[in-house]
Amino acid sequence: MLSDKDRIFTNLYGQADWGLAGARARGDWDNTKAILERGRDAIVEEMKNSGLRGRGGAGFPTGLKWSFMPKQSDGRPHYLVVNADEGEPGTCKDRDILRHDPHKLVEGCLIAGFAMGAHTAYIYIRGEFFREAENLQGAIDQAYAAGLLGPDACGSGWAMDVYVHRGAGAYICGEEMALIESLEGKKGMPRLKPPFPANTGLYGCPTTVNNVETIAVAPTILRRGGAWFAGLGRNKNTGTKVFCISGHVNHPCNVEEEMGIPLKDLIEKHAGGVRGGWDNLKAIIPGGSSVPILPKSICDTVLMDFDSLRAVKSGLGTAAVIVMDKSTDVVAAIARLSRFYAHESCGQCTPCREGTGWMWRVMERLVTGDAEIEEIDMLLEVGYQIEGHTICAHGDASAWPIQGLVRHFRHDIEERIGRVKAARASRAA
Amino acid sequence: MAKLTIDGIEIEVPDGVTVLQACEMAGREIPRFCYHERLSIAGNCRMCLVEMEKSPKPIASCAMPVGNGMVIKTNTAMVQKARQGVMEFLLINHPLDCPICDQGGECDLQDQAMAFGFDRSRFLEMKRAVKDKDLGPLIETHMTRCIHCTRCIRFATEVAGVEELGATGRGEHMEVGTYVERSLTSELSGNLVDLCPVGALTSKPYAFNARPWELNRIESVDVMDAVGSSIRIDSRGGAVLRVLPVLNEDINEEWISDKTRHACDGLRRQRLDRPYVRRDGRLVETSWQDAFAAIAARMKGLAGTRIAAIAGDLVDAEAMTALRDLMSALGSPHVDCRQDGARLDPACRAGYVFNTTIAGIEEADACLLVGTNPRREAAILNARFRKRWLAGGFKIALIGEPADLTYKYEHLGAGPRTLADIAAGRHGFAQTLREAKRPMLVLGQGALARADGAAVLATARRIAEGHGLVCDDWNGFNVLHTAAARVAGLDLGLVPGAGGRDVAGILAGAASGEIEVVYLLGADEIDTSRLGRAFVVYQGHHGDAGAHRADVVLPGAAYTEKSGTWVNTEGRVQRGAQATFPPGDAREDWKILRALSGALGRPLGFDTLDAVRARMAAINPVFARLGAPARNNWGAFGSDGPLEDAPFAGPIRTFHMTCPISRASETMARCIQAAAAETRRATGTHG
Amino acid sequence: MTDNAPFAFTHENLEQAKRIIARYPAGRQASAVLPLLDLAQRQNGGWLSRAAMEHVGGLIDMASIRVYEVATFYTMYNLKPIGRHHVRVCTTTPCQLRGAIAVVDACRTALAIELGETTADGSVTLAEVECLGACVNAPVVWIGDDYFEDVDPARMNAILAALRKGEAVVPGPQIERLNSAPDTGLTTLANTVR
Repeated sequence: MLSDKDRIFTNLYGQADWGLAGARARGDWDNTKAILERGRDAIVEEMKNSGLRGRGGAGFPTGLKWSFMPKQSDGRPHYLVVNADEGEPGTCKDRDILRHDPHKLVEGCLIAGFAMGAHTAYIYIRGEFFREAENLQGAIDQAYAAGLLGPDACGSGWAMDVYVHRGAGAYICGEEMALIESLEGKKGMPRLKPPFPANTGLYGCPTTVNNVETIAVAPTILRRGGAWFAGLGRNKNTGTKVFCISGHVNHPCNVEEEMGIPLKDLIEKHAGGVRGGWDNLKAIIPGGSSVPILPKSICDTVLMDFDSLRAVKSGLGTAAVIVMDKSTDVVAAIARLSRFYAHESCGQCTPCREGTGWMWRVMERLVTGDAEIEEIDMLLEVGYQIEGHTICAHGDASAWPIQGLVRHFRHDIEERIGRVKAARASRAA
Repeated sequence: MAKLTIDGIEIEVPDGVTVLQACEMAGREIPRFCYHERLSIAGNCRMCLVEMEKSPKPIASCAMPVGNGMVIKTNTAMVQKARQGVMEFLLINHPLDCPICDQGGECDLQDQAMAFGFDRSRFLEMKRAVKDKDLGPLIETHMTRCIHCTRCIRFATEVAGVEELGATGRGEHMEVGTYVERSLTSELSGNLVDLCPVGALTSKPYAFNARPWELNRIESVDVMDAVGSSIRIDSRGGAVLRVLPVLNEDINEEWISDKTRHACDGLRRQRLDRPYVRRDGRLVETSWQDAFAAIAARMKGLAGTRIAAIAGDLVDAEAMTALRDLMSALGSPHVDCRQDGARLDPACRAGYVFNTTIAGIEEADACLLVGTNPRREAAILNARFRKRWLAGGFKIALIGEPADLTYKYEHLGAGPRTLADIAAGRHGFAQTLREAKRPMLVLGQGALARADGAAVLATARRIAEGHGLVCDDWNGFNVLHTAAARVAGLDLGLVPGAGGRDVAGILAGAASGEIEVVYLLGADEIDTSRLGRAFVVYQGHHGDAGAHRADVVLPGAAYTEKSGTWVNTEGRVQRGAQATFPPGDAREDWKILRALSGALGRPLGFDTLDAVRARMAAINPVFARLGAPARNNWGAFGSDGPLEDAPFAGPIRTFHMTCPISRASETMARCIQAAAAETRRATGTHG
Repeated sequence: MTDNAPFAFTHENLEQAKRIIARYPAGRQASAVLPLLDLAQRQNGGWLSRAAMEHVGGLIDMASIRVYEVATFYTMYNLKPIGRHHVRVCTTTPCQLRGAIAVVDACRTALAIELGETTADGSVTLAEVECLGACVNAPVVWIGDDYFEDVDPARMNAILAALRKGEAVVPGPQIERLNSAPDTGLTTLANTVR
């Protein structure tokens, strides 16, 4: 188990002051100038060495992403955009960083901005996080007042402005191109790629979009060294991670743990175990709503990192663990996610606009058993027709939970359809 | 250039084209709904997916720029499956009401469903129903059929320049519509119907009129303004049912104005279908013979100087040729084709045409508009201004009445004084023109149809000469006409001869009794109340102002009913085609004049259409060459004189009604009512 | 307040609007549309009238249809008047698993209205929302600007009763618990600075 001295988010629960004084006491803003003095390339190199992979779900290597930004400005400003549009069902890690450790994020903005040649950072925070935005803005105001941000941030000579931009209720804005569109004052409809944001992003300028947690861990990595971070977790799945454990556990909670921790350990050590004991477990969605569900047999042994979960045809995603005990109607649980994806589809491209609603409606009939057995395969097919055919990953994400459900719980669905048919037959007889 | 392989075929294409375009160049047709050559790329329909080597997912070919070494496959199982999938999604919520849909037979969705659709549905849920929208008198909406390709939104925003259409809501509840239910305030709105790939937006005036396979189609030229848009006239059983655009990169690209498209119902109303003579104050039906006899009787022994003729705005060059020769045979110098009194100078062709050409606008980098509202006077040409403006680096300024032209411009002043300041180099915009590489000036009829028009023309010429508007490979001097007949009239010299009277002079002469016979060839836009006691012959196709005042009415043919020649504002000679026959006893116009000349004992020297056209070319060789106008030699035109202070006023107040056909059109009347309601709404109690 | 009632920002809000617009580069004032619509909605009693949308569009030179597109795309904008308290219950899977449907039912019973409706006295509008991003504190109910966490039907009833009486309610976890920490106490960070 990770020891407290290797934890980055030491005020995760808001035990202490979220403000500047508290942050300084936790080591934030400690000679940030010295970090910047190492230079852009050294910072990017250190981030690469840490092995940090993006914490927003896709797991793209952070240092590499930063290195995509043009080395020299062609006259266009560069932008850092922080994705604080946390909304993947099951996920509430960024919320704790935003409200209890905002200075880690603000300091990270300065460092990351410097490392990619950006003088401006926009933090796009979901509109519902009103109080979190208050704390974040408070932290930014404190940083400006203390000279940590502004025309000569931390005395480094680097000008850095950080702005909070509140969203207004649209899950899709967590998709980076939709987020940029929304930040430009439009509907959150994902843009086509190419062009990629590192070349043509916000306002047509080079832009990098990073998750809150990714940016917030950067200062600590640079202080303690990429090697320290890389020494935690497993190969290519390094460091620590904030996990969210929700659903049928005795004590749902957020916790920062080492990457690669066994799923069972995570739940038993921090969330008080599955309601009714581990044997009462039915299934777990290990990485937020978009990743396929896993049955207990896999949960018994699987490790919580990108590659281990991929190997069992699921994913680490946002590391949001949604636990379902044996009382769960797992079909209904996934049907509710299908409804979520249909509700949150932006409507721009055909397969997602039309397909998500179709899948949701079929799922609702599977919940009641009012369906034909063949419709299970048809449902999968509809999903395959969406997957890979849309502008953004929302279409894929809508198909995966259903694929996971059918893969592991087909018998539940078939049994239900059979029961309804039998009941009808006996009534007719 | 980029080299790529498409279905095994190696092809080299220009950099910057998309994979879809490259596929087309390689002869591979790619199905699409949202993609349109003239609109921004949306990439949302997903119908154009193709396989790209090294990409695990199919790519949207409409949005992917080509790259060197790309390997594209358009005919694999993956592609086929992707297309079938998209097609199924498009159809699940589509009502499949083809039998009652006006798009039937010319529907992209229908066509592509034949190629990629299943023959049955697996969709067991309820279909979505969407409330129809009110987009005004031209566009019928059936929004349940909408496939959300957003072409209409992009057209309105980008080409028409009216930000009035949008997609509201999201996901499967996304709906295309307006902010408030109202007519679109665009003169180009009818194009939305062409762009809609399904039956969501259909033509309201044409609703349930015909199926496409019942129609006779013929390509022709529009005369509703002086742009000369290329059109297709669709008719059935002798009636024109609709007018559609024909692709012409030089003029209208693939758009036409709402008047061009929808005034055609005016062709069926208030038509003159037989000759009339006035007896006891009333027009009574008569025969051609009697009508000619009445004219001959009145003209008998009358000196040519007591006869005058005015040619109207829609008249074909053939009829004007016949009129010119007839008047000359009668010894009359009193002919004019400038109903509005514009002080156009026929001496120099460069001084009365749009020399830059419409397509040439795209090369310009500065433009001075003088006494014109191109949006109202030439909506299609205005769209070209907007296109150029959107591309950036185009400074536009206006002297005249300020109006929303769909692009930003600097308003310099209202009248000739500002023009004189620029000519004298006293104005900041003079420098803009001088510094521009391709400066242009557009002189509208509003600047010319006034007492000081000739002086305004001369001043504009001085600006052109003094600010680098005219050089070896560029002529930035332009006159924007509003009448389809005007340039041909000037080319034919249909202006007063030595000692002749212009329109104002003819009217004055008629009032004083010096002019005893006035021949109105489709001339309805003059003040007929000032014709005094003159004997008026009206030849034309509609019972409009001219016919009401006439003593003899000779029924002619509308532009859809004859093979005629028109010269557009650029000086481009174009030929219109006959789609239907003139109604009743009505005849082609040059034939009427030819027959009348015989009845008057002065037979014209041509009996066939070819002979008339040979005569036209003899009068002015420009008529010998159809199509792109030759460069006109620069010369002197206009005349110096005092400039007045009065502001320039636009020649067109009401876009939808400018000629006998559009004035007879019920559709155009509905458009005007809708616009009036919109104005009331906008100026009424708001809050 | 009707759809046609005139709307203009108060002096104070106009100043705030200008500060918001200044966060974005010159010529990119359209970026301010989301925060400005939020500001307008707050001034307008919790919903956006057409007049309010037009006012915002005018401030940032944005066509009405573009503002309307935005206002209908994002769920936080109310295009119809709402009650004084906007009670929004999350029912997405993590909340569903922890009894959100029972919380919704408690609301329906206590308020005698259905989802999407407003009580006759105009005090409460009830709605169902998608994931609020506080899943380890499920079920979550969002009222005004605050999250009420670890709610169950009994606690929900107490909150509603207090709201309707005009009494103060305390947001955050409705059980003995430190934010997102396990309710039995810390398993980590027990010795960090308090």
